[in-house]
Amino acid sequence: MAATTLALPPAEMPLPQEYRGHVGMWCLIIAESAIFTIFVVAYLYYAGKSLSGPTPAEVLHVPWFNSVCLFASSFTIVMAERAIVQGKTRPFGIWWLLTIALGAIFILGTAREWYHLIYDDGLTISSSLFGTTFYSLVGLHASHVIIGLTGLSIIMICTALGYVKQEHAPRIEVFAMYWHFVDAIWVVVLTVVYFVAR
Amino acid sequence: MSNAESVLKPTLVTMPPREATKPLFDRAHEWITTVDHKRLGILYIVYALVFLVIGGIEATIMRIQLAVPHAHFVSPQVFNQMFTMHGTTMIFFVAMPVLFGFANYFVPLMIGARDMAFPRLNAFSFWMSALGGIILYFSFLGGSGLYGAGSAPDVGWFAYAPLTSPAFSLGHSTDYWIIGLLVSGVGSIGTTLNIATTVLCMRCPGMTLGRMPLFAWLNLVMSGLVLVVVSPLTAAQIMLLVDRYLGGHFFDTQAGGSAVLWMHFFWIFGHPEVYVLIIPAFAFISEIVPVFSRKPIFGYSIMVAATVTIGFISLGVWAHHMFTVGMTSYGNAFFVGSTMAISVPTGIKIFNWLGTLWGGKIVFKTPMLFCIGFLFQFLIAGLTGIMLAAAPFDWQLGNSYFVVAHFHYVIVGGILFALFAAFYYWFPKMSGKMYDETLGKWHFWLFLIGFHLTFDFMHIPGVLGMPRRIYTYEPGRGWEIWNLIVSIGMLFQIIGVLIFVWNLVWSYFKGKAAGNDPWDAWTLEWSTASPPPEYNFATIPVVRSRRPLWDLKHPEDPDWKYE
Amino acid sequence: MGAAHLCAANVASAVTLGSPDIPSIFSPASTPADSIYHLSLFVLETCFVIFAVVFSLLVYSVVKFRRRPGDDGREPAQIYGSNQVELAWTVIPIVIVVVLFLASARVIHAVEDYRFPPNTTEVTAVGHQFWWEFQYPQQGFITANELHVPVSDAKSPTPTHIVLLSADTDHSFWVPMLAGKTDLIPNRTNSMWIDPHETGVYVGQCAQYCGTQHAKMLLRVFVQSREDFNRWLAEQQRPAQNDGNVASGRRVFESTACVNCHTVSGTAAHGKFGPDLTHLMSRETIAAGAALNNRENLRQWIKDPEVFKPGSLMPAMQLGEQDLNALTDYLMSLR
Repeated sequence: MAATTLALPPAEMPLPQEYRGHVGMWCLIIAESAIFTIFVVAYLYYAGKSLSGPTPAEVLHVPWFNSVCLFASSFTIVMAERAIVQGKTRPFGIWWLLTIALGAIFILGTAREWYHLIYDDGLTISSSLFGTTFYSLVGLHASHVIIGLTGLSIIMICTALGYVKQEHAPRIEVFAMYWHFVDAIWVVVLTVVYFVAR
Repeated sequence: MSNAESVLKPTLVTMPPREATKPLFDRAHEWITTVDHKRLGILYIVYALVFLVIGGIEATIMRIQLAVPHAHFVSPQVFNQMFTMHGTTMIFFVAMPVLFGFANYFVPLMIGARDMAFPRLNAFSFWMSALGGIILYFSFLGGSGLYGAGSAPDVGWFAYAPLTSPAFSLGHSTDYWIIGLLVSGVGSIGTTLNIATTVLCMRCPGMTLGRMPLFAWLNLVMSGLVLVVVSPLTAAQIMLLVDRYLGGHFFDTQAGGSAVLWMHFFWIFGHPEVYVLIIPAFAFISEIVPVFSRKPIFGYSIMVAATVTIGFISLGVWAHHMFTVGMTSYGNAFFVGSTMAISVPTGIKIFNWLGTLWGGKIVFKTPMLFCIGFLFQFLIAGLTGIMLAAAPFDWQLGNSYFVVAHFHYVIVGGILFALFAAFYYWFPKMSGKMYDETLGKWHFWLFLIGFHLTFDFMHIPGVLGMPRRIYTYEPGRGWEIWNLIVSIGMLFQIIGVLIFVWNLVWSYFKGKAAGNDPWDAWTLEWSTASPPPEYNFATIPVVRSRRPLWDLKHPEDPDWKYE
Repeated sequence: MGAAHLCAANVASAVTLGSPDIPSIFSPASTPADSIYHLSLFVLETCFVIFAVVFSLLVYSVVKFRRRPGDDGREPAQIYGSNQVELAWTVIPIVIVVVLFLASARVIHAVEDYRFPPNTTEVTAVGHQFWWEFQYPQQGFITANELHVPVSDAKSPTPTHIVLLSADTDHSFWVPMLAGKTDLIPNRTNSMWIDPHETGVYVGQCAQYCGTQHAKMLLRVFVQSREDFNRWLAEQQRPAQNDGNVASGRRVFESTACVNCHTVSGTAAHGKFGPDLTHLMSRETIAAGAALNNRENLRQWIKDPEVFKPGSLMPAMQLGEQDLNALTDYLMSLR
């Protein structure tokens, strides 16, 4: 046949299947970023337009300690990822527990801040445009932290029971991507709410 | 071994006998718990067909009411629920599920994969989408609307604020709209996450992105769009729930909130959404027209580039739905520019399909008839879109029956015709049987006549001043005769669709065996059995061009010589 | 059946009303509508040429390149694309788009950034569910549903500037022969203008879904000569007629819930939720165009608005026959 004289073009391997988790998580991050973008746009649009109620400058104080804890948790989760990639499950468990603790401190700190805002400053979700947009945006972020903490805790339990091994490192990495995303969103929310629109 | 054989081994599979002997409960259980992309695809498609009939009934009720002025067929309350439910149903519970269904079924097959990247997420997404529709329709029973006249939402499919605020939408009907769509939105994001990951990570050896069928490319672009645009709708709906239940003021104009902000958020979703719907339709046309012209698609790379361009530009045109809200002249002008710009890549696609037909040997089977209908009708729809893009012209035509005619021209004349083409083209693959060609042609001609009677003449009342979403209209404004003709066209379309459903059902049981490749086509799904076995391919194929089966059938002149 | 309705409606409207024309956007009677009309002709012509070219090519290719009977079964030449052709059909559409964009931008600017001459009539339109409030701030009175404006001479224009507000949800002011539509949005001030060239009655209606009776929020614009318009202004500025014969009806009006919603200037009634009734009988229609303004309809409307406009926000007043008749007499006196 004439075809035998033609050289076949190469059959390259496209992106391997192992990247599924990472690609899927990136898709989720893109979708979630779009949701947060809309809440940030609403926050900025309504900044300064409240008809009544306390203003951001009056009642907002930069949550330094909470934020440092949350950012530090990104560091601890990276240390945990490194540990599990090398198969060191015990250090992995410790770093993972630290991550949960730091995330929990962030949530408790947010709760304290909200308690103070509601009962001492009179700022509620229905008191003004500022109240509505503030609690919605910060609350949306906090709910994502809580979801992350839930996932972290499930993995913690599995680790404690001895089910997490070195071959699970890619899956841990994919989950850690979510946690880094939650942190990155906090950078944006912190900047917009406590600096830009104050 | 000859080079041709090493390129692609055809799959020889003998099908096991039909499992009619299994008890009904077991078969139902299999379907409900399936994670197989083909079965989920069929579930999506059947779900969509059921809602197509329901949405069609809602449309029929409206057309009977509007056939003559001051009719009393239904009350204004019921009519307002009808147009709300019709629009919401057709977009979210017919168009999106059926397109997801075809994507689910054929993307893995066309890229030589065994299933989607995340089979369980696939099933979860389907059931979430299905739940959304059920929640929305439960409103008829449980919604308790303002005037107690049934309880389905009546705020229009775009649910403008502040009509949706607690002050103006009493009871729970609006909440069913919000929650039904929130739930199905989760399903949409899950499905498109899956499609994107599958296309990027699960292709068979040799299938670079440049060798993927256009079907896979276009579904990838569609998925990217969904990920970015369904979220704004989700966000806006969460905000609306905060307003309705937690006393929030996002869209509360009495507290300084903005009704226009809802419009921006909604249309940032709403406009790209229609590209989400049309891009898979483009995918169908791009696969079917070449096969029935007996030539490859003209300008593959340009088609990909044009679609990606359309995807990007579509994110920047949304405020052409808001030309009448009083934006500044600069704002209006910007959106005129971006909207008209999107016509350039869209036009390029039409010309490329024309280039595919040119010089071919066109076979007029039913799928091709619907494709040709699509080409003519999408051209017209695009041109009425250009008219609406000229903002001052839109100041007259916007929110009138001209707009209703335009978007139905795209959705029915474009998307639905492409869908019918896809049904007839891939029915043999999905069922193993051939449909009846005569019935197919009857469907085509009846539906064509009905479509044109209804949607051609529908432009005229818009030009004569008839706004949309009105349950009746004044006699003496010159609208009567056109409304009557529009309503009569429904009859032809209904009969056409009934013939279509009958054809599918009858052929499923009694049709001739189709074989692997009844159309002499070139993409990978035609290399396996009809219907494909659960594992799709006996061995994962290795491809070296865009048309692997062409290479196999024409070893003396394979595609990879020219690509 | 539709044809019979059409005939009857035409006859009825010719006899009783000013026989408004079919509100076609292609019969402009005012500068904004005119500018839009000329732009639309240009756009339509361009689209028609594009359509003719592409349609012909499609028809030609479908006919010429069909597989003939007795075909030898060989595949046609497998053409993959052509860069020159792609370039051509990219560049030409871009040129068309640029031209259409510039044409549109010019009209947008002309209409939206119009500078008003000194003798512009000012009207503020407030959209309500499901009726129109028209305030004339220069003259200090408020009326409803039927807008009166002076005719404008192209050589020395006397346009009417309409400020658009809303009291509840979104509405849209659309009288096709006079201008494109502009929305009335709560918590937002919009603006439009008209300068009708010919006297007459122009019809339109609300064009943004606003609730149950969106369909019957109709508009009538009466374009009058300067003298007629000034006369109308003077009539509207007077307080309500005080006819002693209808005193009992007036008592019913002022002692029932009517005063909570309606204003009759010069009396104790100062309600703002419903239309101002001071000169009710100067209007051709009631209920925002849902019914002709005559005694029977007025009586029926008060008795049960659901007959004309089911879902309207006016409640049935549950009056006895005697009170109802007296009240109707009173309203009929408000000329």
